Amino acid sequence: MTDAAELLRRTRELLAAQPPATTGRLDFLRARFDAGLAWVHFPQGLGGLDAPRSLQAVVDAELEAAGAPDNDPRRIGIGLGMAAPTILQYGTEEQQQRFLRPLWTGEEVWCQLFSEPGAGSDLAALGTRAVREGDHWVVNGQKVWTSSAHVARWAILIARTDPDVPKHRGITYFVCDMTDPGVEVRPLRQITGEAEFNEVFLTDVRIPDSRRLGGIGDGWRVAQTTLNNERVAIGGMRLPREGGMIGPVSRTWRERPELRTHDLHQRLLRLWVEAEVARLTGERLRQQLVAGQPGPEGAGMKLAFARLNQEISGLEVELRGEEGLLYDDWTMRRPELVDFTGRDAGYRYLRSKGNSIEGGTSEVLLNIVAERVLGLPAEPRTDKDVAWKDLSR
Amino acid sequence: MTDLLYSEEEEALRAAVRDLLTDHCDAAGVVARVESDAPHDPSLWKALADGMGLAGLLVPEDRGGQGATHREAAVVLEELGRAAAPVPYLTSAVVATEALLACEHAGDLLDALASGRRTGALTVGLHTAPGAAFTAVRLEGGALHGELTGIADAAAADVLLVPADDGGLYAVEADAVTVTPQASLDLTRPLARVVLDGAPGRRLGDAGPAVRRALRAGAGLLASEQLGVADWCLTETVRHVKDRKQFNRPVGGFQALKHRLAQLWLEVVSLRAAARAAADALATGEDVDVRVTVAQAYAASVAVRAAEEALQLHGGIGMTWEHPVHLYLKRAKADSIAYGTAGAHREALAELVDLPAP
Repeated sequence: MTDAAELLRRTRELLAAQPPATTGRLDFLRARFDAGLAWVHFPQGLGGLDAPRSLQAVVDAELEAAGAPDNDPRRIGIGLGMAAPTILQYGTEEQQQRFLRPLWTGEEVWCQLFSEPGAGSDLAALGTRAVREGDHWVVNGQKVWTSSAHVARWAILIARTDPDVPKHRGITYFVCDMTDPGVEVRPLRQITGEAEFNEVFLTDVRIPDSRRLGGIGDGWRVAQTTLNNERVAIGGMRLPREGGMIGPVSRTWRERPELRTHDLHQRLLRLWVEAEVARLTGERLRQQLVAGQPGPEGAGMKLAFARLNQEISGLEVELRGEEGLLYDDWTMRRPELVDFTGRDAGYRYLRSKGNSIEGGTSEVLLNIVAERVLGLPAEPRTDKDVAWKDLSR
Repeated sequence: MTDLLYSEEEEALRAAVRDLLTDHCDAAGVVARVESDAPHDPSLWKALADGMGLAGLLVPEDRGGQGATHREAAVVLEELGRAAAPVPYLTSAVVATEALLACEHAGDLLDALASGRRTGALTVGLHTAPGAAFTAVRLEGGALHGELTGIADAAAADVLLVPADDGGLYAVEADAVTVTPQASLDLTRPLARVVLDGAPGRRLGDAGPAVRRALRAGAGLLASEQLGVADWCLTETVRHVKDRKQFNRPVGGFQALKHRLAQLWLEVVSLRAAARAAADALATGEDVDVRVTVAQAYAASVAVRAAEEALQLHGGIGMTWEHPVHLYLKRAKADSIAYGTAGAHREALAELVDLPAP
């Protein structure tokens, strides 16, 4: 087992061999990956050292103190948080060797081709077809809500390979080359004015069978790895007091006494308390994880933050009064990074409307809590034993 | 960072208290007892205070206590809340004890309360928030005169801690005053009127700091009791809706109910974090005011809603005297006023975190 002292020794060795001051960013990141210091809990040879995940902090702190460049994790969140764990669990050795290093260094950006216009909450009903032709699959269909699609080199894709069996069983998981001539990416403008997401049209896209992840028809199970990691990422940020959406509105309140009213004061205090309690709840969840007793609270955290973000940003628009009638900028843009707490109150209000939809709607999450945590009866299923092609749509 | 979890020792303590309550504090027994002349359960109180030594958790060992902290007392209160137990734990082992801990001349009274030999009550109205004004009795010719109302668990106390108008806190024997029960919303934590007509008292120390400290600890740990109340309501309601069939299926399968209970679960989980944060702050002395205030500004709405949802989702049976859900509704509603309403705590918070009123 690699311990903290050993990791520290290796980190210093890396810094000595590749001094950040005189080494190119990409060269340093590649060397870090090859030294097993990228994600220490990954296997040796794949950027890790089979060390406990909690020891990553030791490496990160030492590298940060030495002024080493990082891999800009927010820009490549889908690759790091969703594609990588799936490739690690289900990829062949060849796939792991090919994809993980440039994924981690950020040389190759990843996106996710899951949701479709006709398959949102009911993702397993997806209709994008993949038909086998020799050692290739030919893919046709439409995907939606794809962030980073316009800059991505690769996509994780789920498609229907067998329409004659019930929906969960006829799905296969692929790695799709976003430079294939059959891939067309169109920006999807949202209510904020910008286009953070895309629509992706797939027309006779050819994917070699060697880029299949997991077995034929096993794609739903593979996708669970991806989706579980997504929800961990969405609910799992660590915040100081006033660290989230409550921060900007509290500062506005302090700096602008002329905006204060009694009604707004009561509502602000209620939301401040709720935001602080949600922060403590998230902190308690993290402490449980560290102690090796993961609680079911994770499913709830996303619900709590979605509602709070919406209510707090809504309050701030109202607090701003006349300024609340204005909007900073409606220009159509394609931002590379999304900052929920960035820009003006109006933007935050509009953007946070998506928080209760993206990554699982609040309604679906409430069902999950009710069924998996409280053990209440599942929703009646009329689609379970019906072939996908016979479902109503 | 605050430790928001339960230690192994705390879980063992919980299990021991729960075992005792399972054997000696069943819901039907509590429903029957609260209508009698003696709503408190002295044998249960003796088992907790004397038998298990839980009355002395907050008292240092060299002063006759167990030398534990608010974290352990909070676990006891969670379980007592879950059982709606009619025992004066919060009022004697927390509030009166904290008041004595702040007094210079507590003498052997602290030891007597810690060991469970005697039971105390601070004669400040249950509705009083930490830092709020409270009634003091007249000190005249070396004796105490006055009338105090809304004193929780006074009927179970054998010594009263009474603030007087000279700024002192006095120990007064219960048999030297007249204690008259008041018909109370919360049947399991009854209030009483206390009349002092020339009662002798022994000065313990200054009332101001003692009352403030006592009410702050009471408010902070009340959140754990409210958590216990809410947790019982959620657990019992989930059990009921899985079991109860209408329209040829368990009513818990209807999405309208599932979503309400999932939402309630999220609130109970959140209250657990807030209550642990308050208990831990009281134990360590760090960030106490904000954490206690946040817990009290949050807890009441969760406990009350849990009890109200429990009643509604139990249907007609929830409206009967026989079913225990009303004990929890009454406790939750009374707790929402005890040691200051959520609104009073929000007001205090406005100052603490610099979000001033217009």
